[in-house]
Amino acid sequence: MQRTFKSAVAGLGAASVLFMPVLALAADDKPKLDTGDTAWMLTSVALVLMMTIPGLALFYGGMVRKKNVLATVMQSFAITCLITILWMVIGYSLAFTPGSIVIGGMSRIFLAGMAIDAVNDLAKTIPESVFMCFQMTFAIITPALIAGAFAERMKFSAMMWFMGLWSLLVYAPIAHWVWGGGFLGDWGVLDFAGGTVVHINAGVAGLVCALVMGKRKGFGTDNMAPHNLVLSVIGASLLWVGWFGFNAGSAVSAGSSAGMAMAVTQIATAAAALSWMFAEWMLRGKPSVLGIVSGAVAGLVAITPASGFVNPTGGLVIGIAAGVICFWSATSLKKALGYDDSLDAFGVHGVGGFIGAILTGVFAVEAIGGDGKKGLIDGNAGQVLTQLWGCLVTMAWCAVVTFIILKVIDAMIGLRVTSEEEVEGLDINLHGETVH
Amino acid sequence: MKMVMAIFKPFKLDEVRDALTSLGIQGLTVSEVKGFGRQKGQTEIYRGAEYAVSFLPKVKIEVVIDDAMIERVLETIRKVAGTEKIGDGKIFVMPVEQAVRIRTGETGADAL
Repeated sequence: MQRTFKSAVAGLGAASVLFMPVLALAADDKPKLDTGDTAWMLTSVALVLMMTIPGLALFYGGMVRKKNVLATVMQSFAITCLITILWMVIGYSLAFTPGSIVIGGMSRIFLAGMAIDAVNDLAKTIPESVFMCFQMTFAIITPALIAGAFAERMKFSAMMWFMGLWSLLVYAPIAHWVWGGGFLGDWGVLDFAGGTVVHINAGVAGLVCALVMGKRKGFGTDNMAPHNLVLSVIGASLLWVGWFGFNAGSAVSAGSSAGMAMAVTQIATAAAALSWMFAEWMLRGKPSVLGIVSGAVAGLVAITPASGFVNPTGGLVIGIAAGVICFWSATSLKKALGYDDSLDAFGVHGVGGFIGAILTGVFAVEAIGGDGKKGLIDGNAGQVLTQLWGCLVTMAWCAVVTFIILKVIDAMIGLRVTSEEEVEGLDINLHGETVH
Repeated sequence: MKMVMAIFKPFKLDEVRDALTSLGIQGLTVSEVKGFGRQKGQTEIYRGAEYAVSFLPKVKIEVVIDDAMIERVLETIRKVAGTEKIGDGKIFVMPVEQAVRIRTGETGADAL
């Protein structure tokens, strides 16, 4: 597009020097697409989609019991398809078009007006189609993460209703508040790639789901050991690789910000994987495979909001903190409070997201994030409080609306499978298939 | 004839097989089994959730032998499969009434 325009300008320019200033002015009015940025964002879309299918599907699928594997991977896959359509119909418009500070506009219902050369003001150097798809992959993975909290007991029909409603009533507004021109962004809440929008949001929704739906039958007495941790290791590894699209892609450009985001992501992830592993080794006697991969995911989660704002040292500290604290929340805290968050959507994503959001307020430096984006160590202690407000507003809206959606669905069609279906397994009862 | 049923640690299977073959035993049957004895089970921990694994994997061999060999076979299995640690397993001996080689119809000790 840009090349065609330039050559046209050059051709006309040769013909008449007189018209040149007029043409140059017209060129300035048109947004300038950057092929490098566009190429990287096209790549990032693929990477982030890969996080959900097959990344998250395998990560979760390996952790459940053999009778529920297909039902678990089915959730990730079905959510991917469902949210894609909802995003096209209305989600994108609600989140990322100009509206009020509370919710976006209706200008992109069914993506109306998203012409081939359209550009969103939030990402001026790439086609709007690419920006829309990039944000779509975030909208997909967020509800898919919640599924970890109610794994092994939710009806598929109820799950589909819940995810659709949640995406429009919780995800879209919060994405708008933080990234789409809403009030949290106006307050100065820093969330580079979705610590608040994606992870706190999914984690808190997961906790509410676990509390409303209750424990799995036999929780605490039956053996609920993961059936195949190799699947979980493959899934966690795909999440890790895909996360470069998530964090470095959130720079929405192929430049220094993306590069540094990638570097701190890698560092924080490794640090968290090790810190979880060592904490577990010291307290439980063995460094477990599930432990090290859970630590890696905790690190990825925690560095997400910080990734465009902190330097490598900040990344290292955030990673270490996330590994140890999420180890505590997924083991001791869960045990103490007694809820059954099957695959630790809250313990890892909720808590990890919160740690990341707060520590972003501590470790953000202007030298990395640019104009005024600085935290405690850069002389702006108030940023920690701003981050805390961002977290609390997100948690409150998410918890209340998630609760209402669940109660409505429960009254209409019921949330849980029957206890007979639960004992026999969701695969055969909900989908008529078994894994081997 | 006697049937010797021995249950022991899986990693000792090849040694036991070699030792019995060198005694002249010409065939045996192996199964992978699970069970518990004095060793009890093990504990698995997944993100803090502890599960007692009460049945541990073992191998079971069944071999039918002539009465004359019984002492040597028992001694050999005990010596080869033993590690002097808890969980080494057990050997049972049972009388066998008859044996038939399906291909030829030979019976008794000739069929072994």
